[in-house]
Amino acid sequence: MKTVGIDAKGMHYTPLNQKIRAAVADGAEEIILDNVLGQRFIGDGLRGNVRIIINGVPGGDLGMFMSGPTCIIHGNAEHAPGNTMDSGMLVIHGSAGDAVAHSMRGGKVFVKNNIGYRGGIHMKQYEVDARPILVIGGTAHSFLGEYMAGGLVLVLGIGKEKAMTDRGIGSGIHGGEIVIRGEVDDYLLGVGAKKFEFTEADLERIAPIIKSFCEQFGYDPAEFLDTNYTRIGPASSRPFASKYVWE
Amino acid sequence: MCGIIGFIDRTKSRMDGSSIKVALSLMNERGSGDGAGYAAYGIYPEYADCYALHVFFDNLTEPKKKVDELLHQWGEIVHQEEIPTTPQPGIKKVHIPWRYFFKPSENLMEGRVASENDVVMHIVMEVNATVKGATIFSSGKNMGVFKASGWPEDVANFYRIEDYKGYIWLAHNRYPTNSPGWWGGAHPFNLLNWSVVHNGEITSYGTNQRYVEEYGYKCTALTDTEVVAYLFDLLGRQHELSHEMVVKALAPPFWDDIDRMPAKEAELNKVIRLTYGSALMNGPFAIVVGTENGIVGFTDRIKLRPLVVGENGSKLYISSEEAAIRTLDPEVKNIYTPRAGEPIIGRFIE
Repeated sequence: MKTVGIDAKGMHYTPLNQKIRAAVADGAEEIILDNVLGQRFIGDGLRGNVRIIINGVPGGDLGMFMSGPTCIIHGNAEHAPGNTMDSGMLVIHGSAGDAVAHSMRGGKVFVKNNIGYRGGIHMKQYEVDARPILVIGGTAHSFLGEYMAGGLVLVLGIGKEKAMTDRGIGSGIHGGEIVIRGEVDDYLLGVGAKKFEFTEADLERIAPIIKSFCEQFGYDPAEFLDTNYTRIGPASSRPFASKYVWE
Repeated sequence: MCGIIGFIDRTKSRMDGSSIKVALSLMNERGSGDGAGYAAYGIYPEYADCYALHVFFDNLTEPKKKVDELLHQWGEIVHQEEIPTTPQPGIKKVHIPWRYFFKPSENLMEGRVASENDVVMHIVMEVNATVKGATIFSSGKNMGVFKASGWPEDVANFYRIEDYKGYIWLAHNRYPTNSPGWWGGAHPFNLLNWSVVHNGEITSYGTNQRYVEEYGYKCTALTDTEVVAYLFDLLGRQHELSHEMVVKALAPPFWDDIDRMPAKEAELNKVIRLTYGSALMNGPFAIVVGTENGIVGFTDRIKLRPLVVGENGSKLYISSEEAAIRTLDPEVKNIYTPRAGEPIIGRFIE
């Protein structure tokens, strides 16, 4: 495997991203970035099957418009990792800021710990096999899945008494689903969101995703496959029709 | 979009401004080169009992004469000088930054105003509203604001920020969206020992402005953040509310959250909302306030702007981005995102 190492210490994001693109164009299969601190836009618009190891805390909009690559982040991420991501995977061995997976339309974002506000905001889905997936190991702050139009948000609540304690879950949701481990208090649901029964078929559907998440972070998937979940989706297919349409 | 930083060493161990400059510059993407600034507490120990008045003068003749006269009416100028600056290619020196170390005189105050702080507040409002060519942009004790139009590193180099040592630092990188970029419009905004850095907009500015103006404050800086400094002075100094209570008044819980609280807590929150309805701030904001007792960070109630907190022993860091905190302190521990409206408070250890 062709591996390229880049020391990002003190480097602005423009030359850093130029180096990453040059390495990919040169056939690199793995790129290791050391001393990353606050550089924005890493892997943005990048295509291919390259694997990028990020050691440090990357700046905002990590993997924006990315199509294909896998980024393994050994550290926290800032705002909006996976913004409008097309395909590929972000694996964050830490926590992330606000608006994680903003407008994501494909691929996977796995966060080991917690995320900030508005995770999965505007997530969307065009095709059955291009479904964006956001999995959060810990918990999320308010407005999880806000204005969500497609895809899956899964919250495991590892180490938490309750997976979700912040309000506004699925606020303005009109597509996709939010699956939360354990019970969710009714008052935490946002406007236009509704709880649905979580069935055996649902568990079967998300089992491969749980296994994939556990594989990344070294967890035993058994305890997540033998537990109850709450499924949240839109109250109707057009919950805000009366707000925006005059007929 | 703006970038903010707040730092406190709770043991009052002082740090120079060089690393604050680097950390703020890391967030240059959050600014537009139209304004940057720093506030530092603990920088004037040799004049600790004087008010350090930082003034932008358009020239040193007529406007300065008027300010000198006003100061002599109320007390003594212990020392005064131009604030040392180094020319920077990126900064056009449109004002002359000046500093006075000023002591109100008890004889001159007697029977006219209640306290030294009231005298200084009066002087600041009077100069900023009526003296053409003069703006007092910093008026606390043993602290000072340094700001201008420009990028963070240019403003820091212009004021030689590394020459100052403080136990509280605030820093701000400005991206003005709905008000003009001028020196007085750069953050931090200050009155007495209150200094404010803010990312966002105060959409309730009109209501808040009318409210503070009933108490003698005059909004003259042409931008919204100024009113936050006056709200803190009104509620925190004049009404003697704790920092926690001030935040509760400015970014209160929603009514349905209050309904779910235990009776006593609900009652307190109701009273604060009803009493300080006109102080409630709407719109997106992440704010750090420097005070004489420490720093206070908080966001709007639905968290429309980022705020990250980190700690390391006696040091507390608050910023728009984690990377800025890690630049200041690579060994920082306990990094987290506070909840919307939750006050993050760092106080000095007595």
